Amino acid sequence: MASKFLVSNRTGWLMAGPSILLIAGFIVLPFLFAILFSFTNQRLVSPNAAEFVGFANYRQLLDVTTLTVEPERDAAGAVVMEDGAPKYPSVRSLTRNNPDRPDLNGMREWFSFGHGDSRTYVLARDVVFMKALVNTFIFVLVVAPVQGGLALGLALLINQRLRGINVFRTIYFMPVVVSIVVVSLLWRFIYDGQSGLLNNLLSALSFGAIPKVDWLGNPSTALGAIIAMSIWQAVGFYMVIWLSGLQTISPTLYEAGAIEGASKWQTFRYITWPGLRNTTVLVLIVITMQAFALFAQIDVMTGGGPLDSTQTIVFQAVERGYGKQDISGGSTISVVLFVIVLSISLIQRWLTREKS
Amino acid sequence: MTKLKLAAALLAATTWGGTALAQQTLTMWYHGAGNDVEQKLIGEVIADFNASQTDWKVELQSFPQAAYNDSVVAGALAGNLPDILDVDGPNMPNWAWAGYMQPLKIDETKIAEFLPGTKGIWNGELYSIGLWDAAVAMVTRQSTLDALGLRTPTLDQPWTKDEFMDALAKAKASGKCEYALDLGMAWTGEWYPYAFSPFLQSFGGDIVDRSTYKTAEGALNGDAAMAFGEWWQSLFKDGYAQATQDPADRDGGFNSGKYCFSWNGNWAALGSLAAFDDVLFLPAPDLGNGPKIGAASWQFGVSAKSQHPEGAAAFIEFALQDKYLAAFSNGIGLIPATPSAAALTENYAPGGKLAVFFDLSAKQGLVRPVTPGYVVQAKVFEKAVADIANGADVAATLDAATDEINADIEKNNGYGH
Repeated sequence: MASKFLVSNRTGWLMAGPSILLIAGFIVLPFLFAILFSFTNQRLVSPNAAEFVGFANYRQLLDVTTLTVEPERDAAGAVVMEDGAPKYPSVRSLTRNNPDRPDLNGMREWFSFGHGDSRTYVLARDVVFMKALVNTFIFVLVVAPVQGGLALGLALLINQRLRGINVFRTIYFMPVVVSIVVVSLLWRFIYDGQSGLLNNLLSALSFGAIPKVDWLGNPSTALGAIIAMSIWQAVGFYMVIWLSGLQTISPTLYEAGAIEGASKWQTFRYITWPGLRNTTVLVLIVITMQAFALFAQIDVMTGGGPLDSTQTIVFQAVERGYGKQDISGGSTISVVLFVIVLSISLIQRWLTREKS
Repeated sequence: MTKLKLAAALLAATTWGGTALAQQTLTMWYHGAGNDVEQKLIGEVIADFNASQTDWKVELQSFPQAAYNDSVVAGALAGNLPDILDVDGPNMPNWAWAGYMQPLKIDETKIAEFLPGTKGIWNGELYSIGLWDAAVAMVTRQSTLDALGLRTPTLDQPWTKDEFMDALAKAKASGKCEYALDLGMAWTGEWYPYAFSPFLQSFGGDIVDRSTYKTAEGALNGDAAMAFGEWWQSLFKDGYAQATQDPADRDGGFNSGKYCFSWNGNWAALGSLAAFDDVLFLPAPDLGNGPKIGAASWQFGVSAKSQHPEGAAAFIEFALQDKYLAAFSNGIGLIPATPSAAALTENYAPGGKLAVFFDLSAKQGLVRPVTPGYVVQAKVFEKAVADIANGADVAATLDAATDEINADIEKNNGYGH
């Protein structure tokens, strides 16, 4: 029995058909494969048939534990000091070939903190992935509000009837049209440690007071540099979405506001912002999803380095799946990322729901 | 549209030609797209071969080097490989193990004189053969050595570790150059394992234990490897070399006097010779376990799916003539695979400007680990040396690399070793 939904929408299905087929073939199907592969030891290049390994890939990826160690004591029981701090046995001596704790074999220090005399090490089986996870979250937490806010600011600026306003719209939108790979290559030159544009600019503005910084070669600046560049690159895209939202707000509301003597802030707070409700939800969710997919900039600009300071989830998925021919490892990361993005989107949806 | 028509016409012509002459077409993939000189050279070999006999007709398809390996893997997954494959030496075992390649049946006497690095041997069988090899040398100037009061090392008596470190210290103290040593840190990718793992091997360590190829434990995190790691880190910590390098400095830094010593390959040698008239190509220093440099470059082999391996082998055998070895060497600066071909070249003939590279390759060359797992091990090693250069803890980094390599070997059931 054909439902009304299917029959009366024949034209609709016809029009949606091509993209549904493409999405099913190139996104849904590969993703189902990824879920399947994540439970096997599938390789990219191998004569061995894949075998089911259960949750081994997930355990390898997500296993985290803590280890608390006491400082070394000398014969008298006093704490051995080294460079003014208590000396602890090396993590290596505790995790490798330790008959007491075979479960720690293959785990590495992620970070550690001290309390009292003892020190607690947080060990992870896959430290690089943990760092990628943290970096990606930092990226999302900075990019989502800053990029969304800047885009809204730009949209308000260009939402005016001025002569030549299209020139500004075009300028702001231009980086979106240029391929991200090209943009990344250009910014690599801008961030160059010696003769880069940014260093020359800072040095000229400060009359040489600001020393040259190797922006992408320094673990403390590399991620920040990529965040700044990514915000600049895509801000124009969200500006256009905000702009379309702004133009759906009825001018009569603004007229009424003006007659009532509303200030600029009041106009924004009580007319523009509520009118942009749905746009806000859209922009927030799209930026978050885009930010989680951070890959091209990393691939072109840093390759995850220096010292893993710019590792990201998607970069690791590609690096493992193709670079290290470990399709199952890459698939596992993809599935984990899917779960993360899905839950965050659902939370965002719930937080921004219509309260009736 | 015209292009399409032209292609159709060409296709029709070749199919018709093929049937008329009862020739069997062999397809060949090559990594040299974008390099006109290389394209012309390989084109000449193919044209000569096609004209020399009537059984086979080789057709060339070129890929850009950066996309070549991916194309082969994709082609293999789609069951669509050519008859003749071009393969980077250290990758060959991976492809042979995966069933992309079959042993190469050519007359053994023809390659008796070939440099050891040009022979792709895995599991006791020849799979690929190279028309050339590549070598790395410590590039410097006679005037630099004189100014710093350093002994000129020779192949028989290379610098010891102490002499090498003394040279770096003197170079730094002299202020003659911005950095004492240019290692080529800008060339991320295969350069790292190719150029830097010989240092590790010269210390007595290795990327993987070559006696079994089943573990990296002890090889990559043993005492020798730890000593290598500390030494490697000190090069950057003590300010002899940069951990991150501007690609432009790698390409032109030595030639403009920015570096006193440059660890660079024979392909860059002509540029240095043009920049200075007293350039020297010094052998690798002996860091304790003998001086070592990487060996093996691109080679030719036969794909496993080829219906006509004898034709493919005939072509490869044909290409191994000295005149082609010499032509490639003259055209793109590579080291010809045989002494007789070297004698035909401008630069590698005895007494030639680059002849030292032929001797380096013959005497110090060591192939990278001959295992299907090398492809992964190279990536792991690259990250480890980059991290150590950037200041990561040596023992923890090498342990992590060892664990990752071991996990990978285990995941692949020992890679058939």
